[in-house]
Amino acid sequence: MFNETSIKEIEEIRTKYPNSRAALLPVLYVAQREFGWLSPEAYEAVADLLNVPKATARGVGTFYAMYKQKPMGRHLIQLCTNVSCMILGAEKLVDFLKSKYGIEPGGMSPDGRFSLVIMECIGACGTAPAMLVNDNFYENLDKKNLEEILGKYQ
Amino acid sequence: MEAALLKNIDNPNAADILEYKKIGGYKGLAKALEMEPQQIIDEVKRAGLRGRGGAGFPVAMKWTFASADPKFPKYLLCNADEGEPGTFKDRPLLEKNPHMLIEGMAISGHALKAEYGYIYLRGEYPAAKHILNKAIKQAYDNNLLGENILGKGITFHLAVHQGAGAYICGEETALIESLEGDKGQPRIKPPFPVNIGVFSKPTVVNNVETLSNLPYIMEIGGEAYAKIGTPDCPGPKIFCVSGHVEKPGVYELPMGTKLRDIIYTHCGGIKGGKKLKAVIPGGISTPVLPPDKIDCPMDFVNMPKHGSMLGSGAVIVMDESVCLVKVCHRALKFFEHESCGKCTPCREGTGWLRAILGRIEEGHGAEGDIDLLLSVAGNMMGKTFCPLGDGAACVVQNFIKHFRPEFEEHIKAKKCTVTG
Repeated sequence: MFNETSIKEIEEIRTKYPNSRAALLPVLYVAQREFGWLSPEAYEAVADLLNVPKATARGVGTFYAMYKQKPMGRHLIQLCTNVSCMILGAEKLVDFLKSKYGIEPGGMSPDGRFSLVIMECIGACGTAPAMLVNDNFYENLDKKNLEEILGKYQ
Repeated sequence: MEAALLKNIDNPNAADILEYKKIGGYKGLAKALEMEPQQIIDEVKRAGLRGRGGAGFPVAMKWTFASADPKFPKYLLCNADEGEPGTFKDRPLLEKNPHMLIEGMAISGHALKAEYGYIYLRGEYPAAKHILNKAIKQAYDNNLLGENILGKGITFHLAVHQGAGAYICGEETALIESLEGDKGQPRIKPPFPVNIGVFSKPTVVNNVETLSNLPYIMEIGGEAYAKIGTPDCPGPKIFCVSGHVEKPGVYELPMGTKLRDIIYTHCGGIKGGKKLKAVIPGGISTPVLPPDKIDCPMDFVNMPKHGSMLGSGAVIVMDESVCLVKVCHRALKFFEHESCGKCTPCREGTGWLRAILGRIEEGHGAEGDIDLLLSVAGNMMGKTFCPLGDGAACVVQNFIKHFRPEFEEHIKAKKCTVTG
């Protein structure tokens, strides 16, 4: 079940669309925020509220890369390794995250502090390599500033 | 050339409606509201505006099809799902000049007699979402969106719909599926979205940059606009340059600016004085070019004559230190990840191309692998549901066409001889 704040937000979202099915993507975002990830309970809450089959909610949710199908660390690192970032050293940063923090791509650090997702271009190619930490962009990365930035996220 | 799209971009408050009005913002909308919808379409036709998302389709033609359909309500969708690797031209427009886009959408909405608009924004741009929502609210508060806009009896509602990390949703029918709350899998055409689009209604899908041109066209008129750039492809174009250049970034230049000039004049040449090895001129799906093929005018009509495409205008520059087998392999990892799985040639083909390229890169390539790659790519080209599969095949074909010896060397030496 959603909490009251989320239900209110979802009601507001529904006014933007001619039918409730179209609200599925934004409502999955609300569920992800409230439940931390799209757990079976989260899918059930979404399906009940929008009156769509659970299989539909889950089918749609698992299609998109930004809906999380497992619990996440406290902070989400989304690092781009596509061509513009790769040729400017993004892979070294992936190795650094592995050796320094013990995070594998797609995995979580042992202390639950970070999750790492490898991204397919985040639109910061002119300032590559780049990443998002939670909702914040960080660009022109190297090992040194990466470590400093991550220090802010405890 | 004075910037039309990126104007005021260095102003830290550019996204505020007052700042936008200070530079003449929303005057284009006021002008458009005095015109009949058909007059606006005629003006856009005179301007010769082509869609900036990659295909370069004439905007007035698309609008005419949607206008002619008797069904209502009509929808205007802004494709802000900028996901083509190398592309970062729409992000500054969304984050710094959101009112230019909103004004462009309101003008287009009037031209199309569309009462509803959505901005389909990629999930990877969380900052842009907040900025757009704030700007939309300001526009509503100023009677520039909503009902009876500026007292002229025109209605246009606008909302942001956030995507969730699927490159395929940049394809217009996949975008529509996604907006309807489904998996982003492309639809077969026809019917075209201009007749049966979102919620089964006539729908126009235009790119952020395309729609952001509308206030400027209203301001200077179609005839003056058509004098910018090349005759077949008029107007300003935002080029976004990344990789090994001295000054990467976004550049607003006339359509048809030569690729060589973009790299050497505007971006200061190759970083550290190194040698140029290859350029991808229009985003990763467009054919790669070797250094002797960069004297081409960057527009939708001329680039195909020079063996590539303008695409999104995303120029990725690679110097001599780059292993092109590795770049090609990375590109195919991308296509495999982003293939929606609907049609077999793309779903299977991208996976096999990635696997064969992977073994070549890792030093396990076999004799005949290059021909095998070309055979798989040939069986994808033209046989997939949407252009994603063509893009993937095209990348492999062109990397091999221009750089075959590097692939052969990789297989023979059983390792990379470029990066060691």
